[in-house]
Amino acid sequence: MSAKIVQLDDATFDEHVKASDVPVLVDFWAEWCGPCKVIAPILEEIAQEQAGRLSIAKLNVDDSLDVTRRYDVMSIPTLLLFKDGEPHARLVGAKPKAQLLKEISAYL
Amino acid sequence: MTEHRKVLIAGSGPAGLTAAVYTARAQLQPVVVEGEPSSTSDQPGGQLMLTTDVENYPGFTEGILGPELMGAMRAQAARFGAEIHTAKVTRVDLSHPPFPVWVGDASEPSYEVEALIVATGARSLMLGVPGEERFLAHGVSTCATCDGFFFRGQDIAVVGGGDSALEEALFLTRFASSVTLVHRRDQLRASKIMQERAFANETIKIRWNSKVTEVLGDTKMHGLALVDTVTGQHSELPVTGLFVAIGHEPNTAVVRGQLELDDQGYIQTHGGSTTSVEGVFACGDVQDHDYRQAVTAAGSGCMAAIDAERYLEARGS
Repeated sequence: MSAKIVQLDDATFDEHVKASDVPVLVDFWAEWCGPCKVIAPILEEIAQEQAGRLSIAKLNVDDSLDVTRRYDVMSIPTLLLFKDGEPHARLVGAKPKAQLLKEISAYL
Repeated sequence: MTEHRKVLIAGSGPAGLTAAVYTARAQLQPVVVEGEPSSTSDQPGGQLMLTTDVENYPGFTEGILGPELMGAMRAQAARFGAEIHTAKVTRVDLSHPPFPVWVGDASEPSYEVEALIVATGARSLMLGVPGEERFLAHGVSTCATCDGFFFRGQDIAVVGGGDSALEEALFLTRFASSVTLVHRRDQLRASKIMQERAFANETIKIRWNSKVTEVLGDTKMHGLALVDTVTGQHSELPVTGLFVAIGHEPNTAVVRGQLELDDQGYIQTHGGSTTSVEGVFACGDVQDHDYRQAVTAAGSGCMAAIDAERYLEARGS
């Protein structure tokens, strides 16, 4: 499993989260969101460290309104954890790395 | 392992990072404990991380985005060798120098420092009314620039009457079909230019003499319960979003009981950036409830760096 972070959009989202054989953490973000920028490097680190156990994907809410609305995202950054194509956990707001890991650990 | 350092800076807004640039250039090898990611104003980069255009920071003719300005300051401090850690100072012991400083959840001090620069800033106040916490991220937002986009075509409210409230209200008119400014008095304390902009904007309505008593809704917020501060009359404002901009409180938790604070709870500084403890300097919004500007914070960060440098020189270290 690659540690690379995949960019998703309305067209590629469903297939990607369903096809993944490890849980997918999707980062709903936008260019204009300061806290999103703060957690971006943390997500890159987690992607490296958890390679093979978790994959990380990003979804730009500006370009992907369908998926954003479907999951009722009203505040960013929001991280949704998908397993077998279904959302299992929702983390809202920028948080320290240790806390992010703690909140998703139950699903890995 | 406790590491000995000459200077530690707690905080990384304009004050902390300016202090870092100056102390790094003075070869004091500063360590900056920048804070932890959060979607509140208490985060690395400080309050400007939650703003869009900063139009009044000198040198940027067309303005600059808050997060971009803070990214540049951080890179500038790093270029001169400031060591930056993404963590929070959780405890300090200011009884005598060198001061032990605990970072994160470490059980023993991470550092002992000869000079400490406190630049922990201030964070936004919330209303503290029923429903506010329950609807956080489901209507209630602490960050207009992060969340305004999700209120496209909706009727929303901003609470407050200062510059930041009006800035948020004006920013939110890009998305919302109406923005109601709820203010507890019959006039605003915001600057004249911001008031003029707000009054001239047809999307902004003002509810004078009104206080929010509850955020209403079932799974999503659908309104605010208001009380008129003059007549005592209750009413409901049908809005699906609430942005709170009612002021700030200083982040003084780690120094409380050890440094003299003023009657509003801000760190008391004397003659520049010196505090009630020799070797401890304070700068930025944690010691300023008067000006609270990026440029005054940066200026006071420079003062703290120079004061710390002179103090270390006088001690012969």
